[in-house]
Amino acid sequence: MHPFAYVAPGTVDEAIAVLNEHGDRARPMAGGTDLLVKARANVWELDAVVDIKNIPELMNLSVGSDGLSIGAGVPCYEVYENSEIVADYPGIVDGASIIGGIQIQSRAGLGGNLCNAAPSGDGICPLIVYSAVARIASSSGIREVPVEDFCTGPSQTVLETGDLLVSIEVPKPAANSGAAYTRFIPRNEMDIAVAGVGVFVQLDSSGQNFESARIALASVGPTPILAATTGNSLAGKPVNDESIAAAASLARDAATPITDMRGTIEQRKQLVEVLTGRMIKQAVERARG
Amino acid sequence: MTTNTPSKVHVTTTINGQQHELLVPGYMSLLDTLRELIGLTGTKEGCLDGNCGACTVSIDGRIVDSCLVLGAEVDGKEVSTIEGMATPEGLHPLQQAFLEEAALQCGICTPGFLVAAKGLLDNEPSPSEGRIRHWLAGNLCRCTGYDKIVRAVQKASS
Amino acid sequence: MVATFEPKTDYKVVGTRPIRHDGYDKVTGRAIYGGDMKLPGLIWGVCVRSPHAHANIKSIDTTAAEAMDGVFAVITGADMPKAPSKLVDLGEGNINFKWASNKLMADDKVLYRGHPVAAIAAVDRYTAEEAARKVTVEYEVLPSVTNVVDALKEDAPILLEDLVGDDLGEDVTNTNMAAHVRHEFGDVEGAFASAAHTIEREYNMQMVHQGYIEPQNATAMWDEEDRIKVWTSTQGAFPARTQIAGILQVDVSRVKVTPLEIGGGFGGKIPVYFEPLAAILSKKSQRPVKMVMERSAVFETTGPTPGARMIIKLGADANGKLTAATADIWFEAGANPGAFIGPAAMCVYAPYEIANTRIDGWDVLVNKPKVAPYRAPGSPQVAFAMESAIDELCENAGWDSLQFRIDNASKEGTRRGDGVLFSKIGMQEVLEAVKTSDHWNSPLGDAPAGKARGRGIANGYWFNIGLKSSANLAVNSDGTVQLTEGSTDIGGSRTAMAMHVAEVLGIGAHDVRPTVGDTESIGYTDVTGGSRTTYATGYACWLAANNLVDVLKERVAILWDINSDDVDFNDGVFSSKAEAEKTIGFKELAGKLDDLGGPANSTGSVDLESAGDGFGTHIADVEIDLATGKTDIVRYTVVQDVGTAIHPAYVEGQLQGGAVQGIGWALNEEYFMLDDGRMANSSFLDYRMPTTLDLPLIDTVMVEVPNPLHPYGVRGVGETPICPPIPAIANAIKEAIGTRLYETPMNAGSILKALK
Repeated sequence: MHPFAYVAPGTVDEAIAVLNEHGDRARPMAGGTDLLVKARANVWELDAVVDIKNIPELMNLSVGSDGLSIGAGVPCYEVYENSEIVADYPGIVDGASIIGGIQIQSRAGLGGNLCNAAPSGDGICPLIVYSAVARIASSSGIREVPVEDFCTGPSQTVLETGDLLVSIEVPKPAANSGAAYTRFIPRNEMDIAVAGVGVFVQLDSSGQNFESARIALASVGPTPILAATTGNSLAGKPVNDESIAAAASLARDAATPITDMRGTIEQRKQLVEVLTGRMIKQAVERARG
Repeated sequence: MTTNTPSKVHVTTTINGQQHELLVPGYMSLLDTLRELIGLTGTKEGCLDGNCGACTVSIDGRIVDSCLVLGAEVDGKEVSTIEGMATPEGLHPLQQAFLEEAALQCGICTPGFLVAAKGLLDNEPSPSEGRIRHWLAGNLCRCTGYDKIVRAVQKASS
Repeated sequence: MVATFEPKTDYKVVGTRPIRHDGYDKVTGRAIYGGDMKLPGLIWGVCVRSPHAHANIKSIDTTAAEAMDGVFAVITGADMPKAPSKLVDLGEGNINFKWASNKLMADDKVLYRGHPVAAIAAVDRYTAEEAARKVTVEYEVLPSVTNVVDALKEDAPILLEDLVGDDLGEDVTNTNMAAHVRHEFGDVEGAFASAAHTIEREYNMQMVHQGYIEPQNATAMWDEEDRIKVWTSTQGAFPARTQIAGILQVDVSRVKVTPLEIGGGFGGKIPVYFEPLAAILSKKSQRPVKMVMERSAVFETTGPTPGARMIIKLGADANGKLTAATADIWFEAGANPGAFIGPAAMCVYAPYEIANTRIDGWDVLVNKPKVAPYRAPGSPQVAFAMESAIDELCENAGWDSLQFRIDNASKEGTRRGDGVLFSKIGMQEVLEAVKTSDHWNSPLGDAPAGKARGRGIANGYWFNIGLKSSANLAVNSDGTVQLTEGSTDIGGSRTAMAMHVAEVLGIGAHDVRPTVGDTESIGYTDVTGGSRTTYATGYACWLAANNLVDVLKERVAILWDINSDDVDFNDGVFSSKAEAEKTIGFKELAGKLDDLGGPANSTGSVDLESAGDGFGTHIADVEIDLATGKTDIVRYTVVQDVGTAIHPAYVEGQLQGGAVQGIGWALNEEYFMLDDGRMANSSFLDYRMPTTLDLPLIDTVMVEVPNPLHPYGVRGVGETPICPPIPAIANAIKEAIGTRLYETPMNAGSILKALK
């Protein structure tokens, strides 16, 4: 590991100044559970690590009438131990509670998971299906990017030198909506998704028909993917096995996986279809309350 | 050490109830800070990437993999390690249960398991077997098959 | 003449569950493992490793690393002494010093990814790692081979140009085949010709790793007197000394090995890796040097057990009697000779009596790390093949597979596949215990919708070794006893040793303080491996304790002014044969020794043949998600003949731990090799060992058939339990999904494919 300096600024501006000073030889650190592994493996050679956890704005977690705001440094456990989030954003809790084991969840958060931009990132699909938006600060101010556009490739994001993710803003889900996320892993914990599926559904007031749906897929493309066609296909359809199976089949087609040590193309496509069906059903169950 | 070495970080931290003032290289893990700077070698190194749990310690009551924390980060925080688990009155009930239930073989994972299990019982005194297994999934043991570890944690539960 | 013993049942200490002596230090973090070693002026060593699986080294430039502040020594293959080609028995497998040296540090060619090409000692680990990145190596990359089929092809790249292979006694050159052995008995052809039922199948297994949580480590000081002191986590201080001295080309008396606590080994810490390198770095820097291996290197350069290709053919008569078997076994040795085809041949048919058998085994070089023993090395592989074939034979013929195993079980006098005849063994007793077990007699239960359940059983076997052990005793004035013994303690063996002594002396287990000695404080003792420790070192402790009784009888004779032949000893009390009321307890006598001739000490040492054959049978219930292929183990029982369980809790622990390693091997563990010879999954994240969440509680049934070759009936127990899980799970998966898998790992992907 290349020796790096530890910097712990107290404000966004200070953090951005350090990041600008070092360019790609500095990285912001939230939980550090990916960053330190990459630094140790010399994937990244860094001169400075910018600990963001002393910046109050980035540690803020608030649930309001218009939505949920998750500071970039908020660890997973704060998300899944929050009863309001558990009640109103169960799909996000699904993701936050399976990133690593308990030790990792004390440190790792959704912000870091997003910036790490792994195709398998378990926190990302739930954010996509909830239509979350990333708030990014830079020396030229704040900009917002939909989470589905945030990752641009494996470990690649829209963040440029001097950019700092401040928070993730999740709009408040409407009534009669529900969401769920799961992944397939060979073990039962401590594993990387072979395939993951997040689903958000909006039902009509009868609870018998889909008004809209968003479906996102993990580990079956260079980034977590919003399977827009799959989600849109459910709009106006009745909630039944036939429509769910049709959507699951479309999700399979939307998946563009590769074969690697964690699974084959065929296996991943099959898993996407199976998990999509299961998650639509679970999201419906949650939507119906 | 090397030229252009970044400056060290001044850290004031409480470890097992005792205050320490340290100069920690910015890149040094909490694991190495404990083992190399302070001499607390009870916390073990197994993988250095957060996948075995042998280096589990707690910071302000939450368990973490100390290989994935920088020493510089614990400024102002309270760190608890295996060395702080027993008191002058005796072993912690978990330590006693691990001995009685033969829940260790080689013992290298034991400090991590004990610190992790304490993190569970401190908040949930009577967890189910399933909850114990879920909580301890971040700690690998290759010797026991976990059976006796799970039983020991159950025994130490109220 | 081998001594034999009648089984006893009236034990005072044997069979109890005292808290282990080293337990307090291990639950408080005070125990000192190899990685915890500290010495004044200690510096750190790291290796520079090859990124290629097979390449010629054109040049190495270490000048930039040497110029760095804080760097004290840099070594390359040129600094390694030229060790001669000499084969040495390490108890569980042989090593050749030449290959062993080459494995630690490449000469002009790298043979596996991660092969060290240089090593650096610096003021701290971070500096050493930075310096390692400044070493530049120019490679000429060569084609690599990573499986036995490719390695034996005509045009295969040759790993070792100077290898002379042994093909059934004939020398062969320009080959990756290090050895081909054969065992043949009876009329195999004739028996197959007249068999009513036959089956022939091919099985393949990927390489797997021992997976101990503590990485390899070593600390060494090569001092001005040319003495080399080594502190390390090893499975045997003396075998480590043998290897270090052989690789460094010095007399064994120049090397002192102090075994520190060891964080798991399973066979993988019998070979040395860092010890000689740390010693050479120390010599060059004149400082003590410590090395701790990074996890990726642990996977890429230490340990693994052979991947295998096996073809098994079985024949049985119309009545369900096995009559013929052949086994063709190709094992990956890694980059140097020494796959475990010998043990594989000993184990493959061991649970069965078969009159006509042939075994052919091939030891094949591939561009992967040199294999090391892993819990019953070679046996789990052949158990997967044999026990799968047995079940399939039974399925085809319509026989009950448990009854078939009982009807064909080996017993005293059965000839093993390599010709050895069994003495008293417990295979039949184990199978009868399976038949009456709660698990076997409980229904499998209905699977939830979308899932399917299956139950499988399989046998496993390990021969258990004996070898050399030493123990010393000294009496303290307070009536306790100091025990020094030579077996490094990986799982509570110190306490089992103390219990042997306590049982003889009629004192409590905690009245004996056991210590594991270094190579200058105890006599030669072989590895903690081969399931020999409780048997052989326990035997040495028993001898030492009996010798101590003889010493103490002399002291009692002084006390009472009688002849020592007239002193009796029973249950901790000395008495006069002539005057029965004249007695003195062990503890009281201990307090009087100062006036009765002074310190009372004794020793015991053994060199034993076998620790008694170990047989087990496992029952596995699996539940498979038919949509994803995922397997959960829902119930699991280990039944094993354990001889006499000295400390039953630690025997159970061996059975459970072995079973779970087998479960991991069966379902998910593998070396996933890329085309260029790299292991893709060299981390605990992607090398998927079972976690707590992947397992149920593991039930154990300890069948006790005392081993007549040990005073208390101890049999080796540690290795057998890793053998049955793979085939038991394969047989359970077959029952659940109706399709049989012939390759490991039997992961979700393979099951999904089988379900198509």
